[in-house]
Amino acid sequence: MGHAVGQRISIVLQVNGEEVHADVEPRLLLTDFLRHEVGLTGTKVGCEHGVCGACTILLDGDPIRACLMFAVQAAGHEIQTVESLAAADGTLHPLQAAFHECHALQCGFCTPGILMSLVPDLDGLGGLDDAAIRERLAGNLCRCTGYQHIVDAVRQVGSEQEKTR
Amino acid sequence: MSDAPFFGRRVLRNEDEVLLTGRAQFIDDIQRPGMLHVAFWRSDFAHARIRSVDVERALAHPGVVAAYVADDLGDLWRPGPLLVPPPPIEGIVFHERCHLPLAKDRILHAGEPVVAIVASSRYVAEDALAEIVVDMEPLPVVVDLEAALAADAPILHEGLDSNLAAHCVQSKGDYEAALAAADLVIKRRFDYDRGVAAAIENRGVVAQWDEAEARLTIWDTTQAPIPIRNGLAGMFGLSERKVDVIAPFIGGGFGPKIMMFYPEEIVVPWIAMQLGRPVKWIEDRAENFYATTQERGQIHEAEMALSSDGRILGVRDVFLHDTGAYDPYGLTVPINAQCTLLGCYDVPAYHSEFTVVFTNRPIVTPVRGAGRQHGVFVMERLLDTAARELGIDRVEIRRRNYLSPDSFPHDHGLVYQDFSSLIYDSGDYEPALARAAEMIGYAAWCEGGRDASRAAGERVGIGIVSYVEGTGIGPYEGARVSVEPSGQVQVATGIGTQGQGHFTTLAQIVADQVGVEVTDVHVVTGDTREFHWGTGTFASRGAVVAGNACHAAALAVREKILDLAAKELDVDRERIELGNGRVADVDDPSRQMTLGELARRANPLRGAVVPGTEPGLEATAYFGPSRGTTASGVHAMRVEVDEETFDVRILDYVVVHDCGRVINPLILDGQIHGGVAHGIGNAFFEQLVMDDNGQLQNASFMDYLLPTATDVPRIRIDHVATPATDTPLGVKGAGEAGCIPTAAAFAQAVEDALGIEGFEICEIPLSPNRLFELVRAHRTGSRA
Repeated sequence: MGHAVGQRISIVLQVNGEEVHADVEPRLLLTDFLRHEVGLTGTKVGCEHGVCGACTILLDGDPIRACLMFAVQAAGHEIQTVESLAAADGTLHPLQAAFHECHALQCGFCTPGILMSLVPDLDGLGGLDDAAIRERLAGNLCRCTGYQHIVDAVRQVGSEQEKTR
Repeated sequence: MSDAPFFGRRVLRNEDEVLLTGRAQFIDDIQRPGMLHVAFWRSDFAHARIRSVDVERALAHPGVVAAYVADDLGDLWRPGPLLVPPPPIEGIVFHERCHLPLAKDRILHAGEPVVAIVASSRYVAEDALAEIVVDMEPLPVVVDLEAALAADAPILHEGLDSNLAAHCVQSKGDYEAALAAADLVIKRRFDYDRGVAAAIENRGVVAQWDEAEARLTIWDTTQAPIPIRNGLAGMFGLSERKVDVIAPFIGGGFGPKIMMFYPEEIVVPWIAMQLGRPVKWIEDRAENFYATTQERGQIHEAEMALSSDGRILGVRDVFLHDTGAYDPYGLTVPINAQCTLLGCYDVPAYHSEFTVVFTNRPIVTPVRGAGRQHGVFVMERLLDTAARELGIDRVEIRRRNYLSPDSFPHDHGLVYQDFSSLIYDSGDYEPALARAAEMIGYAAWCEGGRDASRAAGERVGIGIVSYVEGTGIGPYEGARVSVEPSGQVQVATGIGTQGQGHFTTLAQIVADQVGVEVTDVHVVTGDTREFHWGTGTFASRGAVVAGNACHAAALAVREKILDLAAKELDVDRERIELGNGRVADVDDPSRQMTLGELARRANPLRGAVVPGTEPGLEATAYFGPSRGTTASGVHAMRVEVDEETFDVRILDYVVVHDCGRVINPLILDGQIHGGVAHGIGNAFFEQLVMDDNGQLQNASFMDYLLPTATDVPRIRIDHVATPATDTPLGVKGAGEAGCIPTAAAFAQAVEDALGIEGFEICEIPLSPNRLFELVRAHRTGSRA
């Protein structure tokens, strides 16, 4: 069987602004690395095949499915997870605050992935109608909310973005 | 400044912050030092005899610690337990065949576990699965409900001479007489297939055995930790006080995370005890499609007898229900279908008979709606057809048959899933129907709207249906409310939580009585260390049963607060004002004390606690309803069908819902939105496709379609409120309501949109493909 099993590769990457050094198996998924080796369990795993979007994180600023990537592929890159959103003093990110105010989460399991899918382009949320917002959300599955309050939260953030322009 | 009373307000949730910041602990977030990982070897065959199992090579695999088969389990290897026995209905037949912790000599559905591998990591455990050799003899498979009952069908269970798992007849009135008196008899066959619950979080179990304390701790994605604790303590021969079951944050339940005693729930803690090390098993999505229970498969042959003015004289319904390979959850799902069929209607004569069938499919237990949608679909479709045949408007035929508001409590003369009589405590259906019709623009649609739409070449239609939901069943829940010296209030209850907002709704109930802010009330659910007694979260009962228990405990604490405040402030009890976390003398507000200070004085270090009183500002109370409370509602939708692709777009969706007094309208809206989305999935997107060998053809989210944000419309909600009469808070359950009537509304709307003479939809789920097939079959007179 695979010669790579047991073999470890040294990687260095940035996670939420901090440099992380690790020796990992080449087959270690980025989700498992972040959750179980770095200890950032906010990123969730729902389907392990890139459909549900619960594991969405930012890689060099772009949203990606961490379950479809190996940790070794992230070497040299910059990662942001949901843990990076709130300020150090605990103040929620405007998107998090809107989710709270609009009751846009129920069980909360898909929420980190949805937040991370939306975060890179908050500016682009301004002025979007329901249909456009739903397109933005179409890559993330939520079984609890029926999406409506999530749409409301995104709309709220969008109008705040417009105001501050 | 307090916004009390909080009951009835759109209070934002206490639990959001930890969830939004990624700090909430879900099952796979739990790490223990020295933890090992479990993977299960599962059968690919749906029906087979196991000749031998060889784990030797797997054990030799580097990093593998142990491998266990059925024989290793000793006395633990036994079926069951039976979670819900059959209800006391005369003549009922029930063959109990419960699932096993590990398969020993027979496999009855694909995905049944045979070997548990324990290793240093899940990766290594899964590597070792490939080294296990199981010699199996495949047996003939039966997955079709009707084929399973054929005389020559392969029989699943030893000791039975067929695949009949149960048979049950319930009736009232004289259906034959109704039939004889009828002006019109409608007879149809309805097929209702179903999907998976698809919580985004799969199941998982983490277990730890503390040898020194002889204490077993289990973290489990269960909706019902207390029954699981009690059952496992019994199986392991431990005191219930030495077993802790903790349901951490749970990423959606929707039924299958109920107290199932899944193989993994038994085997993983047992392994922890064997090895003396913490162990973890996390279900993956592929496993979830086979190893987690599902709900589906009913075929109804239904008949409705009516008078020429559209009054229902009687209904006869004979149906088959697929329970999959085992029937551990008894008859809850078919009984729900049987009882809920009657809906909002006055049905003088009813004959209902069902046969439960074993098939080589994964096990069927309640999924959100739990069979109720099947009954609603049958009844509403029969009424639609009757309306058409009699030339009566479909809203009007419903109105004519509604139970009148003065007929409550209404005893249907049947036995419900909670074993009590099927009695509706309260209801008032016409206002909801009128409001829903108004919101969806039904009158304008009938008076020219439809014609104009047709003339414009559109294929638009409206569906409008009603339903009831039996909610808030017993036996009981409890709660403990304590005011701490910090002034913060702790609440513990035995139910589990999977996103319903209990940390907020229960806090609202308590805050109102104890006189604090909702954010000062900290609710613990689903942790047997915190509360010993209870049942669980299912059957839309959490807010009703645990809510009333919290209310009772909070009232008792309020009494203690007032008694002690009167003593400490030296004023009459009646002169004490309680609120904003303080007690004060109404006549002299400067004479006041914080609740925290009062709590400290309630637990003195010197002096005596007066005989007949208790220390602390704390109380425990229980609520046990003799029967459930009946919620109801009307759903209306407007759809557009693409004539070429048969895609269906939902243009508008209206819900007028009655769940009695509402604790938190914001949270209630969310529950309804989610239920409707689930119902839309059920109606048009989700279907488990199984081949004749019992193999799922779409066991991934690539192929099994869940509705996305672009598939679900904006849902407009209004409420009517007929309070529950048998509970102090007047609340009714709401967790499942959203998904119950969706398919019936969808079918009616699509029929209306297509406007094809004589074309009827008698099955769910649909899909663009299936709709195309059905229409083509109708036009060519062939069988779809």
